[in-house]
Amino acid sequence: MKQISAIVLILFFIPVAAAQYDIYPLSKTKQIQFQNLLKELRCLVCQNQDLADSNADLAKDLKREVYKQVEQGKSNQQIIEYLTSRYGDFILFKPPLQSNTLVLWLGPFAFLLVGLFVFGAFIYSKRASNHD
Amino acid sequence: MIHRYFPLILFFLICGFLLIGLKLDPQKLPSNLKNKEAPRFSLPDLMNKDVPFSNSDLKGQLSLVNVWATWCLACREDHLFLMKLAKQGVPIYGLDYKDSPHAARRWLDDYGNPYIKVGSDIKGMTAINWGVYGTPETFLLDKRGVIRLKHVGPLTQRAWNEDFMPLIKALRDKS
Repeated sequence: MKQISAIVLILFFIPVAAAQYDIYPLSKTKQIQFQNLLKELRCLVCQNQDLADSNADLAKDLKREVYKQVEQGKSNQQIIEYLTSRYGDFILFKPPLQSNTLVLWLGPFAFLLVGLFVFGAFIYSKRASNHD
Repeated sequence: MIHRYFPLILFFLICGFLLIGLKLDPQKLPSNLKNKEAPRFSLPDLMNKDVPFSNSDLKGQLSLVNVWATWCLACREDHLFLMKLAKQGVPIYGLDYKDSPHAARRWLDDYGNPYIKVGSDIKGMTAINWGVYGTPETFLLDKRGVIRLKHVGPLTQRAWNEDFMPLIKALRDKS
């Protein structure tokens, strides 16, 4: 019984997953480009969702815009340039490496260094006190 | 000695960051089109379909472009303030975002029309071109049609006094 209901459940979800990309017919390479782009782009209304997952109205419109441009054969860079010039870098989940994001990119490494330094100092002082 | 106070210092440092974090509004995104020419558009005017509303309407004077919709609750509040501004003679243009022209016309009949012209952006593509992500949004354009400021959310007297007025004065003085 359990197995049957599990199968029925799975069947429920398959058409949904398939249907999502049926609205946007593309050649295989463009389909991959399109789907990758949608995962990199943030929905601006529901900010922690990507465009691929979001069903917000604006996200659907942005999806259509991205689709149009992918279909026209534009490169990822051109499309991202189009969107960031309007919505800012915030639309990208992965911020570009530039002067105002330097802290964001290098911060973790700085913290790692500080951590290593503290760790080293701790070990060193332990050793020094053990030798006494 | 400093070892002892280290946790305390860390505590206050974290408090400081959290305090700043409390005041940030992640829903408010700055416009990336600031100081750039308003993106090209041409839309049917809500009131007169035969005459399009386009960039050329926005040149020659300072103007506001307000993005709104009848389905947007906050736009009602926004509209009250726009009516006040229109009475003071501020030129306001509208962009009716993803809306039925019929409903929009009825709204303007019922509540009053603060707009000189209203573009009917049924598919919302002009709004995307303008970097709109939520209604209401209000742009301030200088007389060359360059975007100088964007306000997200309903306009308030405070935002008007603090953000818009100083800029409007500066732009007027310059010309």
